[in-house]
Amino acid sequence: MARDGAATTGTARHGVSHPGGLRVLLKLTWIELKLFLREPMTIVFTFAFPVVLMFVLGEVFGNQPGGSNERVFGGLGAMNYYAPAYIAVVTMSVGVIMLPARLTDYRSGGVLRRFRASLVPIWAVLGSQVLAALVLGVVGSVLVAAFAALFYPVHFPDSLALLAAGFVLCSAAFAAIGTLLGAVMPSPRAAQGAGLMLFFVMLFLSGASVPMEVMSGTMKRIGDFLPLTYGVDLLQGAWSGGTWDWTAAIVLIGIVVIAGFLSLRVYRWG
Amino acid sequence: MPPVITVEHLRKVYGHHVVAVDDVSFEVEPGEIFGLLGSNGAGKTTTVECIQGLRTPTGGTVRVLGKDPVHHAGDLRGRMGCQLQESRLPDHMKVWEALDLFASLAPGVVDWQTLLEQWGLAEKRNASFSSLSGGQRQRLFIALALVSSPEVVFLDEMTTGLDPAARRVAWDLIEKIRDRGATVVLVTHFMDEAERLCDRVAVVDKGRIIAADTPRGLVVRYDPLEQVVFSCDLDDLDWLSRVPGARGVTRRGPRCVVEGTGPLLAHVAAALVDRGQTPDDLRVIEPSLEDVFLKLTGHLVDD
Repeated sequence: MARDGAATTGTARHGVSHPGGLRVLLKLTWIELKLFLREPMTIVFTFAFPVVLMFVLGEVFGNQPGGSNERVFGGLGAMNYYAPAYIAVVTMSVGVIMLPARLTDYRSGGVLRRFRASLVPIWAVLGSQVLAALVLGVVGSVLVAAFAALFYPVHFPDSLALLAAGFVLCSAAFAAIGTLLGAVMPSPRAAQGAGLMLFFVMLFLSGASVPMEVMSGTMKRIGDFLPLTYGVDLLQGAWSGGTWDWTAAIVLIGIVVIAGFLSLRVYRWG
Repeated sequence: MPPVITVEHLRKVYGHHVVAVDDVSFEVEPGEIFGLLGSNGAGKTTTVECIQGLRTPTGGTVRVLGKDPVHHAGDLRGRMGCQLQESRLPDHMKVWEALDLFASLAPGVVDWQTLLEQWGLAEKRNASFSSLSGGQRQRLFIALALVSSPEVVFLDEMTTGLDPAARRVAWDLIEKIRDRGATVVLVTHFMDEAERLCDRVAVVDKGRIIAADTPRGLVVRYDPLEQVVFSCDLDDLDWLSRVPGARGVTRRGPRCVVEGTGPLLAHVAAALVDRGQTPDDLRVIEPSLEDVFLKLTGHLVDD
């Protein structure tokens, strides 16, 4: 059996660092994705909720530019405004709701201990979370975009490349925030509470739902401190006009670097 | 063959003042089942976690298969198998997914299907971790510890939470692990388990190893007195203390106890027959590891 094999390949066994690290990363990512599908709460927030909100907004505002819409959506049809914004919302949902709950659960519940005792590398654990978050973000974004395209005459993104780049940057920024939350929150419940609060504050105050033009001064000032505001700006620029909003991009890169660095410093094995 | 595990002057201090392990040294030889026996909080788990590389020792050295488990963890991946106390898997992870994942950590192809059957988990293949009973979780963890066919296996309180029948099965399987050539480190507070399974036992108390030997050796060294017990209604038993090997006679109601060494039972039986006494409940109680433990630590394991 395997034992005999080990005896004959003894030298390979003692060789350089373990070759299967990547295999473990991919396997863990695949398992994470399956675990996600077994978790109703995150499915609702990542896949269903954005589409439902898009439906409500689409029914209320339609997608005809001009008329009363002209002042509010930067001259765009409402759905051309909301489609990229909701892609940003999806990345935010994965980052602040799914990741912190999962990571706190692993940290405080002994799952990390279990992994570590079998020498699963920590980079594979964190990496699989981020990879899974990215895949889920892609699926959620495609759902949002497909919904908008199917039911409203949304135009094709002006720059697909910039949109993709913006999407990756948004995902990375919210993954970094989520990992940091997962590192500092004491329990999965606390993480879920904090995540939901951030989710709704950002949903309403970052221009993703309520357009900037109708927000009060106070709302806008709060919005300036919310990462999602920059995510929405970045993706809307890429979708309509094919432009790259450098201010937004730099803010998001800053979040990736700072939150990423802090979370790797703070995140502990259970 | 060099020892599989070498621990020299291991010391672990939590914070500034809490000394969990204090100057512990021992060696584990290839192919043996080595037991760390002690009450909860004695420092067994901390010792084992230092050996596994899960904690960095405050002082002393630890070598597993010749490697430093903290600094050369990568070299030991797949060669050490650990079943941990107080660990978990994600709630929605299925049994087979866990085995498949942990198998992917080991070099080569691993036959985890056999493990599923050996540990009675075949029916639970598709069950999620959260739906497993305590005993099933325990068995899954043991299977996970074995999935890479490791050279050293650590089992920490592995029969806690198992029912008596499952414990017997687990004991047989632990012997099978050793028969396949692996070395087993067994952490336990069950005396019967240590006595039944371990080739050598280290008694841990308050962060120190206070005795180490084979279970039989510990008994012979620390508690060599056996007891011969019987019922009788004679008032005067002083003559019994003159039986060869006897050290003392006590009685409580009709129950008489002669304590001593040597072939005590035969001498006591002969003396009784001489006096016309033929108690039908004459028997000898051999000292157990539990008596030794009590003697060494001054307290019972569950205190």
